[in-house]
Amino acid sequence: MATRLNHWLWNEMEIWDLHCHLSGVPGNTPEARLDKLLEYADRFGVARLCVYMGMEWAYDPSPEKLRDDNDQVLRALKHRPDRVLGFVYLNPKHIEASLHELDRCVRDGPMVGVKLWVAQRCNTPELDPIIARATELKAVIFQHTWLKITGNLPGESTPMDLAELAARHPKAALICGHSGGDWERGLRAIRPCQNVYADLAGGDPTAGLTEMAVRELGAERVIYGSDIGGRSFASQLAKVYGAEIPQKTKALILGANLKRLLQPILKDKGIKA
Amino acid sequence: MRPGLFTRRRFLGLASAASGAAVLRCETVSAPRHARTASALVDVNVSLSQWPLRRLALSNTTGLVAKLRGNNVISAWAGTFDGLLHKDLAGVNARLTHECQRNGRGVLRPFGSINPMLPDWEEELRRCADEHRMPGIRLHPNYHGYSLSDPNFARLLKLAAERRLIVQLALVMEDERMMHPLLQARPVDTAPLAGLVKQMPSLRLVLLNALRTLRAKPLLDLIAAGNVFVEISMLEGIGGVGNLLQQVPSTRVLFGSHAPLFYFESSLFKLRESPLSDEQMRNIRAANARTLAAAFQRRTML
Repeated sequence: MATRLNHWLWNEMEIWDLHCHLSGVPGNTPEARLDKLLEYADRFGVARLCVYMGMEWAYDPSPEKLRDDNDQVLRALKHRPDRVLGFVYLNPKHIEASLHELDRCVRDGPMVGVKLWVAQRCNTPELDPIIARATELKAVIFQHTWLKITGNLPGESTPMDLAELAARHPKAALICGHSGGDWERGLRAIRPCQNVYADLAGGDPTAGLTEMAVRELGAERVIYGSDIGGRSFASQLAKVYGAEIPQKTKALILGANLKRLLQPILKDKGIKA
Repeated sequence: MRPGLFTRRRFLGLASAASGAAVLRCETVSAPRHARTASALVDVNVSLSQWPLRRLALSNTTGLVAKLRGNNVISAWAGTFDGLLHKDLAGVNARLTHECQRNGRGVLRPFGSINPMLPDWEEELRRCADEHRMPGIRLHPNYHGYSLSDPNFARLLKLAAERRLIVQLALVMEDERMMHPLLQARPVDTAPLAGLVKQMPSLRLVLLNALRTLRAKPLLDLIAAGNVFVEISMLEGIGGVGNLLQQVPSTRVLFGSHAPLFYFESSLFKLRESPLSDEQMRNIRAANARTLAAAFQRRTML
């Protein structure tokens, strides 16, 4: 039974990882770090990595730092375009620079998504031009979120902030990073927003996360990601493989949902998937 | 050929062994047969009963044991979530022992909870060793409200070592950032521990859920202080086990899943993520735990 199901899983899909970084990985260049990431990815059969942010991070990056970070991801993309998809890292505190980076890396470049981290909470109106422009370009938008009982960073978004943003931009494809960290609250916060997807990456492999996400959002709104190199493929893939959900649902989460979400922009760019 | 074709197939084979379907398939495989295979595992970090804040899919012992057996676990060292907050630990430990015997199918080994802040805790320790014949005990200082500099903790270690009990010390149970607001148990501060361990050469100490907060020099100092072991359930980072083994000898690393609070597959897949030598794999999967447990077996034969 298991063999037959997994044969189906293999034939019908590839594993795509929504959430990968060049930080926390050995190597002095983006190319070397990507090669190392792919070595580990190959041990689990992960076919595609969505990569964003540079080799060293800043909470509130300057326009110059943004450009440097994005250049590093562009180098990784150029190195292995068959295995990597890129998201452009933006900072809503620098709107003009961010819109410029969006055009440079997505409109005129090979990237397919936007990454927003902790510079500014995402419910603020400063984000609106970024979201509008990204949506125009058919780019998906990944917003880091966390609900920390120990206290969020000043500019760190919550899933509730993202729900506000989603309501203002119903046509945007938004991804709730880490499912809010405290996922039992985070998943509830994004539940009514049909244009918000849950990223499973980056928290502990706590049993029940994936089952609740599927139950409350529907299988089509749940996406596997790892948050490597800070996390491991092992702990994050276990959230899907270990979950008490049907094999068909696992296939959606491990690759099919992300592929479907990215399909419009991949098609525009002529990227075969 | 698509990227990763060969490895993906192999991985899916591994994953199928970790899936619910595989659990059903492996239900008929007996523990002794597992024991003969090189892929046998000893899981030193599982818990029975109910996690206080969430219903877990494998919180029933039968389901947990089926999952463990389905993944070639021949022995699992089981504490109980009841040990975190219950004050009647005598009852908790008796139930744990009974549950391991009744539903453990020869896999579960009970590790009783001791709280050295409770009156007459020494009697609890005696019962764990003499009546329940447990191989060891499990401590939760952050849930029981004491620091490792407390004199009662030192006394507990000493008495446990005298009784040849393995001492498991859980540094944390879950990510401190997402704890319940009314139940925030900060990670245990291990600073006093190396000094204590040095004074007790016969102590065998297993740190559970340690590698989130215990790293670098404090970890190395503890490993060097005596018979101190760590398990991998909260080890993170790309190639985590391989990275750990660059600092810590493989003879001090154990397989622990933290199931059912964590998905069991997490630790299982960590053994796949890092390229490990046969010896390293053998040590982590079962050999180290067997060596540790051997002292207990000698005790029970006395």
